[in-house]
Amino acid sequence: MGLRGDVSRFAYSAVAVLLALLIGAVLIGASGYSVKEAYSNLLVGAFGGVYSLATTVVMSTPLLFTGLAVAFAFQCGLFNVGAEGQLYVGALTSAVVALALSGLPPALRVIMALAAGAGAGAALGFVPGYLKAKIGAHEVITTIMLNYIAISLTTFMVKAYFRDPGPVDQTVLLPPGSRLPELVPGTRVSLGIVVGILAVALLDRVIRGSVLGYEIQAVGRNPHAAEYGGVNVRARTIQAMMISGAVAGLAGSVEAMGTLYRFIPYFSPGYGFTGIAVAVIAGQSMWAVIPAAVLFGALQSGGQSMQLFAGIPMELMTMVQGLVILFVAAPTLGSMFLGLRLRSSEKGGGRA
Amino acid sequence: MYAVRMENITKCFGNVVANDGVRFAALPGEIHCLLGENGAGKSTLMRILFGLYRADSGSIYVNEQLANIAGPRDAISLGIGMVHQHFMLAERLTVAENIVAGCEPRRNGLLDYDRARRQIREVSERYGLAVDPNAVIEEISVGQQQRVEIIKALMRGARVLILDEPTAVLTPPEVDELFAVMRALRESGTTIVFITHKLKETMEISDRVTVLRDGKTIGTIDTSDATPDSLVEMMVGRSLPVHDDQRMPPGEVVLLELKDVSVAGRKGSRARLDGVSLAVRSGEVLGIAGVDGNGQLELEEVVTGLRRPSKGRIMLIGKDVTGLDTGRIKDRGVAYIPSDRLKRGMVDSLSLARNSVLGVHRCADFSRRGALLENAVREHAQTIVAKYDVRAESIDQPMGSLSGGNQQKMLVGRELARPHSIVIAAQPTRGLDVGATHYIREQILSSRNTGKAVLLISAELDEVLELSDRIAVIYEGRIVDVRPASQFTERELGLLMTGQRNEV
Amino acid sequence: MSGFADVVFNMNNLTATIRMATPIALAAMGGAFSERSGVVNIGLEGMMLAGAFCGVLGSHFTGSPWLGVLLAVVGGGLVGAVLAVFAIRLKADHVVTGVGINILASGATTWLMQVIWKRKGATDLVAGLGTWSVPGLRDIPMLGTVLGMHSPLVYISLILIVLGWVLMFRTPLGLRIRMTGEHPEAADTVGINVRAVQYFCVILSGCLAGLGGAYLSLAQLNWFSKDMSAGRGYMALAACIFGGWNPIGGLGASFLFSFTDAIQMRMQTAQIPLPVEIIQMIPYLLTILILAGAVVRSRPPAALGKHYEAGQAR
Repeated sequence: MGLRGDVSRFAYSAVAVLLALLIGAVLIGASGYSVKEAYSNLLVGAFGGVYSLATTVVMSTPLLFTGLAVAFAFQCGLFNVGAEGQLYVGALTSAVVALALSGLPPALRVIMALAAGAGAGAALGFVPGYLKAKIGAHEVITTIMLNYIAISLTTFMVKAYFRDPGPVDQTVLLPPGSRLPELVPGTRVSLGIVVGILAVALLDRVIRGSVLGYEIQAVGRNPHAAEYGGVNVRARTIQAMMISGAVAGLAGSVEAMGTLYRFIPYFSPGYGFTGIAVAVIAGQSMWAVIPAAVLFGALQSGGQSMQLFAGIPMELMTMVQGLVILFVAAPTLGSMFLGLRLRSSEKGGGRA
Repeated sequence: MYAVRMENITKCFGNVVANDGVRFAALPGEIHCLLGENGAGKSTLMRILFGLYRADSGSIYVNEQLANIAGPRDAISLGIGMVHQHFMLAERLTVAENIVAGCEPRRNGLLDYDRARRQIREVSERYGLAVDPNAVIEEISVGQQQRVEIIKALMRGARVLILDEPTAVLTPPEVDELFAVMRALRESGTTIVFITHKLKETMEISDRVTVLRDGKTIGTIDTSDATPDSLVEMMVGRSLPVHDDQRMPPGEVVLLELKDVSVAGRKGSRARLDGVSLAVRSGEVLGIAGVDGNGQLELEEVVTGLRRPSKGRIMLIGKDVTGLDTGRIKDRGVAYIPSDRLKRGMVDSLSLARNSVLGVHRCADFSRRGALLENAVREHAQTIVAKYDVRAESIDQPMGSLSGGNQQKMLVGRELARPHSIVIAAQPTRGLDVGATHYIREQILSSRNTGKAVLLISAELDEVLELSDRIAVIYEGRIVDVRPASQFTERELGLLMTGQRNEV
Repeated sequence: MSGFADVVFNMNNLTATIRMATPIALAAMGGAFSERSGVVNIGLEGMMLAGAFCGVLGSHFTGSPWLGVLLAVVGGGLVGAVLAVFAIRLKADHVVTGVGINILASGATTWLMQVIWKRKGATDLVAGLGTWSVPGLRDIPMLGTVLGMHSPLVYISLILIVLGWVLMFRTPLGLRIRMTGEHPEAADTVGINVRAVQYFCVILSGCLAGLGGAYLSLAQLNWFSKDMSAGRGYMALAACIFGGWNPIGGLGASFLFSFTDAIQMRMQTAQIPLPVEIIQMIPYLLTILILAGAVVRSRPPAALGKHYEAGQAR
């Protein structure tokens, strides 16, 4: 750990992304597209001008939350693949609460709707946390199953109870006072990104400076020692999963209240899964979630313009994400490339 | 002509030199003891011979032929077999499966279980190694598991058999049986390398002895020329200072008491702890003597709240604490040195500083309103490092980067630094070198001398005898006798530990 | 109420159960081999997806669905090889690697679909496997339609599962696999090549999951659509655990999952007054419940998820 570890890890992550993009380039070329056209569109679409930058920020915002959610769960040795589902329940709950409280002053309305979204995410996070703590059911499978359930459930709720009378299955549009205010007028950059950065700062304090964070780390790294040290292992496991779920729920809240201004079934292009890539790159540091989220936000916004202007399918970016996860997950690959010794015990066992 | 000869073997792990130009040679058909303290490099040397490690330099000769041993497969084909201290057995497979894996008899491409069982019976009858081929490993005794390991090596044609601390886990009658097997093997011409740190066994069974100390060969002598004293001198190389014993008279206050405590076993098997009643007073060390696996771990876990007793009560300073969790029990004044320090005692990827407050992190000294007081934590770690002579570069380095001895000092320091009146020390010196062992034992005694009650659970009989004021003998989960230490002879303890109560 | 009973107790449910259990059971057997050798396989989902895609690809270019099946096995095996290299050789965390593989497979198949067919949601139709009407089986009264009229892959899979059981529990290699997953160091010390065993098992698991994928795209349907494995790989892993890491146990668990799935689908077509979304949740809820129950009873291989290197023991 320490600064040097963070720097070398970051350098390696950069190499991993470049390597993934390189493989992407080979695929683009092999499929008969122009690599130059693809990647120049990618770059311009991500960073070329105010509009592009704004799109990148908008794309990064939900990833900041889902990445933070997954990274926080990692600290407790938990792999939250359920951010996608938590995001859906958070988004629907926030949208419904923001609509229902239209009599209240806007600031209060927004805060309560955000809190409700976080609460809904936490409630969904409770289930795998509880099953893991009390029974030992692997959280990867339970969270994935809950993703399907959450997506079906929110779709059903919209159709049955909160449907806009129009032709599309979605909630009605939020009135301006129920939305997250725009940060940069004329773009969809909302206050959501600020909320995200505050969440990073808060969870960083929790992990590095609080008793709760200390206990969560101890549970994640050695539950037997944590138990010996008087830590309630089950309670911390459940709490860590709930906090993770709350943050993932906020991803949906911010998306519904700051970008879409309503809840739409199946709105997420997989923010929860991209959050995994963000978290894997960020590693042990909460603050590193921010650059990692921006990186993947840039890949998304750049990928969109690549698709639009060069006709290259967006799914290339999904592949790049998958490759980045693989490369960063393999610590020995890092030492091969950089000659650095990354800690191999970051997750999982290194001992037999 | 030697069966095996190792010349100038050197092996380093990072900065630690485990073997430093070691020489070792065993004759065909002899029982050769490899003697030395913990950490002297005995197991490392034999793991090199068996191909589990590669030596950094040096050469190995088998039957005077230079051998290139790149892995266990090479060693096995050269007729070398090894029974490890921690058995290499898959717990949930059967005896037969464990024995034949890697050299399975086949019929029509399928595994021929019938032939496997026949082959095993043959070997087990020839050397008196009774086992049931169909039994599952986790359901048979440790002694039987060891026989499985020996058969496993013999079935692969071992002419040189390495036994790594084979008696550590055995009861005395099982030791006698093992020695009989070893003699039978010697009769058949097998060379046996017997790794041990126990003098008595060395004198009893071996033909020759090679002594290692600090990774170097001290010498090889015929056992008939050796005396226990001469072997000690070779092993230790110096005499340790006698413990400074300025003690207060033991008090009368009972600080820790177990009343009729039981722990149920798995369904159908006997209780792990059976009606244990004990009392530890202030200013005394109560030692628990017993062969490993007779309920010591359960006793440790029950007293510290890691396991709930199925029956009985546990009292700390007169208050019932039965069923409380470990945190609450320790908060009532218990310092606890766990037997498995890697598993229980520390989080090896967290820093020394963070580890120094594990278990006390919630008290007002180190946290306020949910926030850790970073400076106080660091100061605390510095204090322990200085006071307990922990050799570390910085308190920010991960705990896992320290040597075993320094980890244990850090852990003991942390536990004794917390407010306490009772010390539970389980296997406090297991796996430590002589210096660290001496140091930790001194800390335990000085704790007692300041009026604490100490419960010492140790598989090392020497340690129990050296430190205890009173000794309780545990056998099959029951306390079979409790007396002041001076009233036991070693022979008596040995018999009691193996359940031969009537012969005392 | 009688309407509900009609939905549940219906011979067609059994036919559908057999049909839907096949791909899950194949992948579950793959999971059993991988995990018995000590490698956690969350990547079954991606391997299945790759198999489904390669199957259609092979059939599209050769016109032969059987060559498609072959390509599916190869494609799944290649994805398995990726997991093997990362998890074994590069010591990456097994679970993180598996999730990475699933994302990669989802992106790669959709990308290639757009590159090759220039379509976003699904490929063109290709030649499928059709059904076999098995003489003897189809003539059994009552059960004839349940057992006798399936895709050839159903029958091949059942045979493979029995063979897989024999391999795992009755052959020298099977013993070596189980030894490796329980105690890799012990396996190493008796001269078993731990890495070779693990590579074999993980690649085999990819082949089996790939075959399951081919079933989805060439037997159940005859085209590929985006993310068509739809969580079956994860269900297969749950079935593998519930089935006690045993191919035949996994088959039983797959039948159970698929039976609920069959009822679910039947409920959608019948006039059951429940919204589609609620009905669709049933198999996923059941997976969670079964997994929660199964974990209490079963113990995974002792060295599952750990990295092993010869001579690393202290």
